[in-house]
Amino acid sequence: MSGVWRDRRSAVGIVLLGAVLATALAAPLVTSGAGGVPADIVATRFLAPLSQDAHGSFHLLGTDRIGRDVWGRLVYGGRISLAVGFLSVTISVVLGLLIGGLAGWWRGWPSLGLTALTDFALALPRVVVLLLLAALWRPSTPLVIVFLGMTGWMPIARLVQGEVRGLSVRPFVEGAQASGARPWRVLWRHVLPNALTPVFVTAALGVGNAMLMEAGLSFFGLGVQPPTPSWGSMIASGRDTLVNAPWVAAAPGVMLAVVVVSCTLVGDGLRDALGRRAAVHRKAFAVIGNR
Amino acid sequence: MRTLVHRAVTGIAVVAGVLTLTFLLLHAAPGDPAELLLGPSATAQQIVAGRHTLGLDRPLATQYVEWLGRFVRGRWGTSIVTGRPVRAMLGAAWPATVRLTLLSLLLSYGLGLVIGAVQAARAGSRLDTTISVVSVSLVALPGFWLGLMLVGVFTYLLRVLPAFGAAGFDADFLGPWGRFLDGARHLALPLATLTLIGLGAAARFVRGSLLDVLEQPFVVTARAKGLSGTRVLIWHALRNAATPIVTLLGLSLPALFSGAVFIEGVFAWPGVGRVLVEAVQARDYPVVMAATAISAILVVLGNMLADILAVAVDPRLRARDAAA
Repeated sequence: MSGVWRDRRSAVGIVLLGAVLATALAAPLVTSGAGGVPADIVATRFLAPLSQDAHGSFHLLGTDRIGRDVWGRLVYGGRISLAVGFLSVTISVVLGLLIGGLAGWWRGWPSLGLTALTDFALALPRVVVLLLLAALWRPSTPLVIVFLGMTGWMPIARLVQGEVRGLSVRPFVEGAQASGARPWRVLWRHVLPNALTPVFVTAALGVGNAMLMEAGLSFFGLGVQPPTPSWGSMIASGRDTLVNAPWVAAAPGVMLAVVVVSCTLVGDGLRDALGRRAAVHRKAFAVIGNR
Repeated sequence: MRTLVHRAVTGIAVVAGVLTLTFLLLHAAPGDPAELLLGPSATAQQIVAGRHTLGLDRPLATQYVEWLGRFVRGRWGTSIVTGRPVRAMLGAAWPATVRLTLLSLLLSYGLGLVIGAVQAARAGSRLDTTISVVSVSLVALPGFWLGLMLVGVFTYLLRVLPAFGAAGFDADFLGPWGRFLDGARHLALPLATLTLIGLGAAARFVRGSLLDVLEQPFVVTARAKGLSGTRVLIWHALRNAATPIVTLLGLSLPALFSGAVFIEGVFAWPGVGRVLVEAVQARDYPVVMAATAISAILVVLGNMLADILAVAVDPRLRARDAAA
């Protein structure tokens, strides 16, 4: 893991990601609130970045069409967007470890069945499945997290399956079995921990992808619901004021790009630190992700 | 041949799985389609009658078989919102999606090959690093946001390109040349957005594959024979890097289609993606189900096409196939 810090790219990624996370966590300290609707809309709306309103409060990134502070909404929206990204990837990792672990550990038809399930889920266009789910259930923030988690586990499962299959024939596994450990215990305590490292790479890239997906869904009103700010719904609300207040839509897009680039840098750095044993398919996932 | 048959069977299984999944999800979801169809003013008796007409009072298995039978025969029902037959709506939409995604695929891989090859030839140089930073950023940009920003610049600021639809209001009165020009102008922004997003990924992957090949002994041999760097890159390395690149082409199709869904939504491009987004927003179930199935079929067909291409560019795969 120390190699990650020696790699300049991933160090930049970790610093950027850390800065964004810290700002989001410290939201009440660095903003003057989540940017609620002010009493005097006409006096405070459409203020350009770095300007002061009639009441003397300063707006770093200006205000939107109903006078809400864009910086405040950006930071509070970041909390939502980052939470969606990290929590949904956590669900994906748990599902991926479970399904991939069992598919690699078991032999015969249960393994074939799980492999077929993974291949099937991988062949579905993720956006289409998410849209289908959004059409059937009323979209809300928790549902978005669950849906993103449920549509993102396949690359992790494939990875874990390969690792577990390779590990299960190694001497230390035989040793654990010979010393009388139960199969579940061998899988849980000896095999899975050794399969974890490449999972971190995929998970790091998955956070960025999940956040992009959330933004897309929220942009079309199918994700996080207004007035709760998320970066996607902020872009949506800035769409109508592209001419007279382009900063409203521009700011959250730039932040999304910064976070996704950081995730990519951290993922790349991790992979290089783990050695270049990346197979073609793993690299393909790293590049295109699982959008 | 065997691989292709295998792929075709898998493809059909995926499409059948999507249809089943769509059907089951629709039934698991809260809300009664009959109530939705008849509106809030319907009486209890009307809803019961409606459920009977829709077949919702029959066992789930019967409903499934009947629905599948109707779907396979192309009877996809009518849209709740527009009242138009779903088949006509999607029949008009899919060529627009194929046109947009195929052109973007060709452009992003054509340019990606050139850029990736230049980077691999100058690996580690300042040019390589700069291009890498740009392509990582392109991959990270939300496509719909990039589209909006391009609209802001080219439509509102410079006033040179249209932002919505596939044709202007006066397109019917233009000559063939004028109509082509009008179509191209409407295509420009959505195509540029989708291509820019895909270009970053393609260039990154081409660079990586080429660098992997360049480490191999036969490349060292070719260099040792005194061949020029460019010649080795194009004749020896690029041909051997072709297989992973074509494989990525297949793998990136679902991603490309996903990107197209959002970008069609932003630019009101009259394709399957916009039909799907609008149907989801309006909870127009018959359209959602058919559009989901069509999307899955398009992606599966695209993957099969990539498999055929992979066999075509790599003789080793053909030999393995013949031996099997």
